Amino acid sequence: MARDRSPAGLVGATPQQPSFEITFDGRPITTLPGRSVAAVLWSAGILAWRTTRRGGRPRGAFCGIGHCYDCLATINGRPNRRACLVPARPGDTITTQEGHGHAGLAV
Amino acid sequence: MPGSPSDGAAGDPYATVYDLAVIGAGCAGLAGAVTASERGLSVALLDTAGRIGGQFYRHPDPAVGAVRPEALHHDWSAFAGLRRRLEAGDVVHLAGHHVWTVERQDGAEVRWTVHAVTGADGDGEHPVRVQARTVLLATGAYERQLPFPGWTLPGVVGAAGAQAMLKAGLVLPGRRVVVAGSGPLLLAVAGSLASAGARVPAVVEAAGYLGYARRPAVLAADPQKLAEAVVHGAALLKHGVRLRTRSAVTQVHGTDRVEGVTVSRVDRDWRPVRGTGRRIACDALAVGHGLVPQTELATSLGCATRRTEDGTHALALDALQRTSVPGLWAAGETGGIGGAQLARVEGEIAGIAVAAQVRGEPGPARDGRVRELRRRRERMRAFADAMAAVHAPGKGWAEWLDDATEVCRCEEVPAGAVREAVDAYGARDARTVKLLTRAGMGWCQGRMCGAAVARLAAGEATLSPLPSPERRPLAGPVPLDVLGALDPGEPSAAPARPAEQPDTDLPDGDAGPRH
Repeated sequence: MARDRSPAGLVGATPQQPSFEITFDGRPITTLPGRSVAAVLWSAGILAWRTTRRGGRPRGAFCGIGHCYDCLATINGRPNRRACLVPARPGDTITTQEGHGHAGLAV
Repeated sequence: MPGSPSDGAAGDPYATVYDLAVIGAGCAGLAGAVTASERGLSVALLDTAGRIGGQFYRHPDPAVGAVRPEALHHDWSAFAGLRRRLEAGDVVHLAGHHVWTVERQDGAEVRWTVHAVTGADGDGEHPVRVQARTVLLATGAYERQLPFPGWTLPGVVGAAGAQAMLKAGLVLPGRRVVVAGSGPLLLAVAGSLASAGARVPAVVEAAGYLGYARRPAVLAADPQKLAEAVVHGAALLKHGVRLRTRSAVTQVHGTDRVEGVTVSRVDRDWRPVRGTGRRIACDALAVGHGLVPQTELATSLGCATRRTEDGTHALALDALQRTSVPGLWAAGETGGIGGAQLARVEGEIAGIAVAAQVRGEPGPARDGRVRELRRRRERMRAFADAMAAVHAPGKGWAEWLDDATEVCRCEEVPAGAVREAVDAYGARDARTVKLLTRAGMGWCQGRMCGAAVARLAAGEATLSPLPSPERRPLAGPVPLDVLGALDPGEPSAAPARPAEQPDTDLPDGDAGPRH
């Protein structure tokens, strides 16, 4: 049987709700409903949304199940959210988290 | 007296004392919860995720409207059956509950308090406590990682991580994905990625599959596993995926993201063979070395552990799934990695055993169903042990690392610093390395680097002296205000002294711990 060889095609995704938009560092991304923030970013080809505290190196999702904390992101102004666990919601503002994410607190 | 099954189902789920609290809603936890509930117990089922299924049966949110969720799964009907029983029964399912510790209170009767933070990532406003007469730990496993140059580059993801992101989020890390590491999970991951539209140029396996041929009796004892291997093999052939055994990814190429990998042959000890490196172009790498039992809640309560064939620590359990701490059961991967089917069997045994104890009924060990389940369990455990031995990390793995390779991803500790702690300062175990370098001190508390640091610290001694299981008094991050809000209450019993030997005192069962 010929099927669209995409993950959504494989499982026969037929969303009951409309797609919606979130932004990543100001860039709009349209997504299916029912995905984590990390999955939405991957769907747009974005693999990194954090820089490390010491080396300032890029990181994104690694373990995919909430254990490794590599996927920490600033979501709607709150830093250190695990993007692989947090569901994306319409209008979410995701920003690359620099280091510990608390620079704005001036502590 | 056991409460009625409807306790807590209406009104406040935190106001009741359950007969059983199950932690983890994967295969083992689901089987244990529905079995105990069907035998008349009041059961709370706590799980971090928003949906049941654990990692193996991770599936998309209902909003996705997946008409073929089984397309990314094996044995979906087994899960569908457990889900039906859960929905038909009285189990109180507490989703989005991240258990950070379990406390035991000894009084007229033993009482357990399960502490959890709530929300998708534990960032919710309301910390909670669930009280129960017994506890079943079904916390599953996470993936073992062994570092190599370039493994922190975006586009390198866990093999199980790629699988999880695909099963729940219907996304791929790239278009051309190399799958590497060790263990049969790699075959499943490669098959899933390819069927979802990724090009998988190679599966790179550090061990050799001939290792299985040396254990024909074990293979014959679990023919279903052979059948599974044939299914995976056929899927790889269909999608043109090459299996390269006795090989490893020894370098990732790229500046901001993966552009390719170098694959080298390795010898029997996993030492790279000079001059065999070949570059494969790809935009993602899914890598992992099998799974590690997740046992911190149990070890912080003093449960005895056993050492597995591949050098991890699993809980020592008796024939009825009891840990060495009375009133505390465990099932599935916590007792050693063995897969979904074994987890369902063990969950059911535990559910039956807990129900018998709470209801004051005589020896479940003589129950015909329990005997049958135990026979199946022994067969599957034997296969799992053989599998672990075949894929146990070789001692030459450390030669994949140059001094600049980051070992601890959280604290950005390079291999050179770990080696200095070992060679210059005499560190011989992961804890001493942590004190000297901060490796394992970050957000993930050593889950990602623990196996690697322990091996680097042990050096050539590899598995001796035996390192103790890692201890994480808090099983997850807890906001300070949650800790500050805890009333002192009754002092909890001091944990029993942990032990790790075959003759650990276990509750009187009709068998000792499994080894």
